[in-house]
Amino acid sequence: MVQFDHVQKRYQSPNGEISALEDVTFSVVEGDFVSIVGPSGCGKSTLLSIAVGLEQPSGGQVYMDGLPASQAVSRIGYMPQRDELFPWRTIWSNVTLGLEIRGQKDEAHTRRVEELLERYGLMGFRSKLPGQLSGGMRQRCALIRTLATDPGLLLLDEPFSALDYQTRLSVSHDIHAMIRQEKKTAILVTHDISESISMSDQVVVLSARPGRVKSIHDLTELRGLSPMERREHPQFSRYFNAIWKELELSA
Amino acid sequence: MPEQLSPERRSYLSHLRRDTRLVHLAQVLLLVGFFALWEAASRAGWIDSFLLSSPSRMASTLAGLWRSGELWLHLGTSCLETVVGFLLGTATGTVIAVALWLSPRLYRVLDPYLVVLSALPKTALGPVFIVWIGAGPESIIAMTLAISLVVTILEMHNGFLATDAGKLRLIETMGASRRQVLFKLVLPANFATFINALKVNVGLSWVGVIMGEFLVSRAGLGYLIVYGSQVFQMDLVMASVLLLAIVAAAMYQLIRLLEMAIKKHMEGSQ
Repeated sequence: MVQFDHVQKRYQSPNGEISALEDVTFSVVEGDFVSIVGPSGCGKSTLLSIAVGLEQPSGGQVYMDGLPASQAVSRIGYMPQRDELFPWRTIWSNVTLGLEIRGQKDEAHTRRVEELLERYGLMGFRSKLPGQLSGGMRQRCALIRTLATDPGLLLLDEPFSALDYQTRLSVSHDIHAMIRQEKKTAILVTHDISESISMSDQVVVLSARPGRVKSIHDLTELRGLSPMERREHPQFSRYFNAIWKELELSA
Repeated sequence: MPEQLSPERRSYLSHLRRDTRLVHLAQVLLLVGFFALWEAASRAGWIDSFLLSSPSRMASTLAGLWRSGELWLHLGTSCLETVVGFLLGTATGTVIAVALWLSPRLYRVLDPYLVVLSALPKTALGPVFIVWIGAGPESIIAMTLAISLVVTILEMHNGFLATDAGKLRLIETMGASRRQVLFKLVLPANFATFINALKVNVGLSWVGVIMGEFLVSRAGLGYLIVYGSQVFQMDLVMASVLLLAIVAAAMYQLIRLLEMAIKKHMEGSQ
């Protein structure tokens, strides 16, 4: 469904050329949850920017159902590092922001958003301002905002990195459950190895800059388990060590 | 539910109230004491009331202006000029800042000129405006514009540029046009910057108006001050300065009330 095809990115600046990504190739099957891990500065975020259509690759292409990513923007939902809810908008007008921008704030779409709020226990907060909600609730709102436009692919850019450890565990559990329940394809970028193992079907390990695909770990055997259950699974530490060693070597 | 308050809470609250009352009392006493001392000193002949005036002489001057109807003329003229100047300055400055935000290249081109204009003491332009625009209220408003415009442009533009990068990225991934980014993110995110610009501009506009009236005018508080000093009527000068202090403070307070009302409205409507 999503194909990263020999993606290459070089940044030009007056001081010289920086190669951020070299020849990144992998693909994501519909309904899969794929994590991308790598040392900081390996171009993870650049890869997402290209996938979300904000940046053009210098070489290669990201395809979504055969279309270049920059032409498939409307089918991609992006979830940023922090919740980025606009403090002057209510929860309702925050989660419908994407619909508003695309001119899709019609009855069918708003019904769907109402259902999502209802399902995840946020309906009672629809007219509250983001400042009145806890960090975990705000993060769930951020995901509903992403789901509101019914994207085929979710791109999660370290969405839990701003949360404290306790909140992080429970929020990643919630978000994982929500994505599974809505049957979405998702790509999660993170530098947290245990987070990647606890949530995804596949882990793509990138090398230090310039980022290349170092290896791809298949976690299909853990499929169907919740993040908490995975963290207690006997195979968990084996995967952790394998990925950790690879990151260690590339650093 | 006063009966549910604990004794500690009650004594804390009553302390708080007493503190506030004491501060208010001290503030009033300071004002009254200052004027009383001034009055007493001039009556006892410690100071020359011809040079330094006195509260009673200022009061009778103001009463005279009131009776002749001149008070409203001068007060109204200055207030009108200030309001027109600061509304025009804030609005024009914001529009130009939006244009600069929309075109970073334009900003790069104009940047050095804005720096020079913001460093230039704008009062130097006063005589230029009089020659160009004529000796009337238009020149005075031009003066206030000159003083407040560049500051507004720079401040608003800085605010626009400081818009949260994460929120910009988010709204861009939603496919927002530049116009949508402006109206849905950049402008609402800079509401506080705008109110701040209003507050600063009220003060700056008064500077422009008084400067302008010093140079050219037939009415206004600045005119009264210059006229009074020329005919050596210090009562008139001091009374006008006092009046100026009162209306300038009142206008600033009005902006603060406006700010609170808008904030309340925004929170209430959501």
